[in-house]
Amino acid sequence: MSADLALIWPELILTIGGLITLMLGTFAGDRQVGLYQLSALLTLAAAAAAVIALFGVDATVFSGTLSVDGFGGFAKLLIYAASFVCILVAPRFFTGGMRAEYPVLILFAALGMGIMASSRDLMTLYVGLELNSLAAYVLASFMRTDERSSEAGLKYFVLGALASGMLLYGISLLYGFTGTTDFAGIAARMGGEMNIGLIFGIVFVLAGLGFKISAVPFHMWTPDVYEGAPTPVTTFFASAPKVAAMALMTRVVIDAMGPAVGAWQQIIIFLSLASIILGAVGAIGQKNIKRLLAYSSINNVGFMLVGLAAGTQQGVEAVLTYLLVYMVTTLGAFLVVLQLRDPAGNQVESIAALAGLSQRRPGLAAAMAVFLFSLAGIPPLFGFWPKYLVFEAAVNANLVPLAVAGIVASVIGAFYYIAIIKTMYFDDKSDVEVTGGGNAVEGTLVTVSALWLSVIGYLFIPMLAIASASAASVLF
Amino acid sequence: MSGGFPILSLMLAVPLVAAIVCIFAGDRSARLIALGATLVTFVLGCVLWAQFDIGGAQWQFTERADLFGRFQWALGIDGMALMLIMLSVFLMPLCILASWDAIKQRVGLYMAMFLIMETIMIGVFCAQDLLLFYIFFEAGLIPMYFIIGIWGGANRIYAAFKFFLYTLLGSVLMLIAMIAMIREAGTTDIPTLLAYNFPPEMQTWLWLAFFASLAVKMPMWPVHTWLPDAHVQAPTAGSMILAGVLLKLGAYGFLRFMMPMFPDASAQLMWIVFGLSMVAVVYTSLVALVQSDMKKLIAYSSVAHMAIVTAGLFAFNQQGIEGALIIMLSHGVVSAALFFCVGVIYDRLHTREIDRYGGLAVNMPAYALFFMLFTMASIGLPGTSGFVGEFLSLLGIYEASSVVAFVCTTGIILGAAYMLYLYRRVVFGELTKDDVKAMADLNPREWVILAPLAAVALWMGVYPESFLAPMRGDVTTVVARLAPAKPAGDAHLAAGKPKAAKAHEGEAAHGPSHAGGVQ
Repeated sequence: MSADLALIWPELILTIGGLITLMLGTFAGDRQVGLYQLSALLTLAAAAAAVIALFGVDATVFSGTLSVDGFGGFAKLLIYAASFVCILVAPRFFTGGMRAEYPVLILFAALGMGIMASSRDLMTLYVGLELNSLAAYVLASFMRTDERSSEAGLKYFVLGALASGMLLYGISLLYGFTGTTDFAGIAARMGGEMNIGLIFGIVFVLAGLGFKISAVPFHMWTPDVYEGAPTPVTTFFASAPKVAAMALMTRVVIDAMGPAVGAWQQIIIFLSLASIILGAVGAIGQKNIKRLLAYSSINNVGFMLVGLAAGTQQGVEAVLTYLLVYMVTTLGAFLVVLQLRDPAGNQVESIAALAGLSQRRPGLAAAMAVFLFSLAGIPPLFGFWPKYLVFEAAVNANLVPLAVAGIVASVIGAFYYIAIIKTMYFDDKSDVEVTGGGNAVEGTLVTVSALWLSVIGYLFIPMLAIASASAASVLF
Repeated sequence: MSGGFPILSLMLAVPLVAAIVCIFAGDRSARLIALGATLVTFVLGCVLWAQFDIGGAQWQFTERADLFGRFQWALGIDGMALMLIMLSVFLMPLCILASWDAIKQRVGLYMAMFLIMETIMIGVFCAQDLLLFYIFFEAGLIPMYFIIGIWGGANRIYAAFKFFLYTLLGSVLMLIAMIAMIREAGTTDIPTLLAYNFPPEMQTWLWLAFFASLAVKMPMWPVHTWLPDAHVQAPTAGSMILAGVLLKLGAYGFLRFMMPMFPDASAQLMWIVFGLSMVAVVYTSLVALVQSDMKKLIAYSSVAHMAIVTAGLFAFNQQGIEGALIIMLSHGVVSAALFFCVGVIYDRLHTREIDRYGGLAVNMPAYALFFMLFTMASIGLPGTSGFVGEFLSLLGIYEASSVVAFVCTTGIILGAAYMLYLYRRVVFGELTKDDVKAMADLNPREWVILAPLAAVALWMGVYPESFLAPMRGDVTTVVARLAPAKPAGDAHLAAGKPKAAKAHEGEAAHGPSHAGGVQ
């Protein structure tokens, strides 16, 4: 048991750090923003360091319910990094000061997400998922007095509970027909003859997980929650939980259902194409930049699923690379959105208000253009590379029709990205004077991510390839 | 040359660095920096040409750096690439000069976009890695999108969107084909892929995917409709670079990838290319004839010229391909010059309507002279660059198919019709309109732009060997690669068998003696 505890240092650090931060917030008061923010940031940094220290370990702990391996490590690093950024930039956004619950909830959500990414048992999967979800529901309604925020929280909770129900139903079916909740045990049973109960189990589990990654047709909550939630929370939703849910889905599909390719592959293909197309078409009419980025996230999840549908190690590597690049891009885009304010200091969210941004704030507009072209996957921006990798994985797995359909649909997506660039660069200045700038931290983050996503990222391909290959190899 | 000074990387770096500086520079210094950088790049291009070893190795100035893991920073040029790079670096300083006074807003960004465009164009022509090529090929969309969208005419946003989405839709299919090629051949190295024999049934699919992309870039009828819109709305220099260099990307792709990599499919599907080219030559020429907008007329004439290029390429013989290459170079110079000629009078009167002009020969004699030279070069008058290209390619086409040659030649006649009609309406006639009377002749800046363009058009017409010599070896390589798949042409040239005529043996004996010669 104590040997097991030595392998879950990241989780222990997050738990203890989260509790300390909570105490700091309670006793020092909400005014001491710097204090509990620092505590939360240090906790995340220490947890990330623990993940790095455990690099190379490939073990299971607690009777095989949780695994400590490169795949989980890769996902956890991404999750902690995204959480770090979301805590770092938050204080300036919350008028009247940030409350201590915010970093605490993010720490506990990160803990849950870490468990999701490394679970290898249906029960730990569910525990991790709910730990993350409960924190997320509260975060969505964090601005208690704001009607939109409360609505977002409620909507997220109701639909999330429904999805959890579906997931649990699927889990119970899988357990009933295989006699085990262990991924390896389920996989061994899947290798044999399939029956209708197992297939139902697979369908319901994938439906529940599809909700968490917001794949079409389980995406309905995404635009509303993204729009209603406070922007730092939306930034968080768009980055870390996406990584965790996608990692979890990958692990379930490859580890637990791996042998039953025929049963899950067509479901994933459907989710993928539906997300790419609906994510693109749905975005076209949007007037709110946060809603638009919500559809963009649905669209990008579709591309990640193309890699997962391949079901090969190459496909999983592509998904992991995609997650990293997507996370950087989406954090960058939301950081730009966070900086848009009218002279009164209110957040600007309407796309129309971005008109002429390139003349008012050229640096910000240029960074946003980089992020958008990158999300659209137009070379030479680095967003092209993960898209190339997922399509390569699909073609190499003989899924050429999927690759062709996906890539053609990506042109629809390009339309709304370049439409925003049009608003920023071609249109005359809007009436709303967009002012307000970021502080040095935000500026640095935006600049670094924009530079990395322009051509510089290509120099990191060999490094990314090694990292994603060593992470993906543990699943095969 | 391998392992020597990385001159190609330097040529890519100079405009890129200058672009970054331009973004932060003021208007006046941005202009000077852009001009300086493009001139430096042009000088580097001249060094490249001077150092190029004609008849030497196929790939020269090769550079290779394993920077990206999955693919390489691999550069290198052959004769065709050299000529197209020369075209790009020659036109660039002229484009910067052409926008010297016309662009007044956001000059730094404008110059930066042109410089990035230059880097991308050089990159496309010298990339020796399939993925590197694709990245450069696609990257061209972004600066052009901004150039049309920010500094374009009234309907610029529609044109920018159409340009971007049309060309993107074509290109993505090519990416899937490239992935399949990399999987099959196991390499991204272009020289290796050029020698790889893909299975014939796979070639057909790959060919079609490449065709979807390159036909849009070319542009071929019926996917040419983005071009007139883009040209009309783009600023003068944007049209110059679009017609001058970007339209050559399609033909370059045909010659670099589709023909040598998929020779069987090229032979099997050549009827598509011939069919579309024939329609394009006649149809777009007729459309050009009825245009009232000068830029649109020249845009349609570009489509017609490019159709002769595609037909010449698919003739699969030395003359056809060499002719097509010369038309590409000639059209690059001449259409850029024609767009600039339109720009000159547009700057004075701010309209592109042909009817608003007339009688310019009276008050703008120097302009009329240059405009006439480029009109003649576009028609293909002997002594100008257009003639050499059109004659050679039609000769090659005739060897492959006399029907295609006949239809394409009709296009040349129609070309003379619409260009002369344009010239008559703009330059000749009565000088009646007051505002036209007030227009001043060429200023020194315009002289500086038009004179080199005219000199090159004449040089290419009088002594095309300078341009043909570096490319000859590469064309021979392509022709040799295509030879096993080449279908028989319908023109069977055969020497007649002379027969000793028997004198005075009745009228009937005369018949067969005429039977030799061309059948």
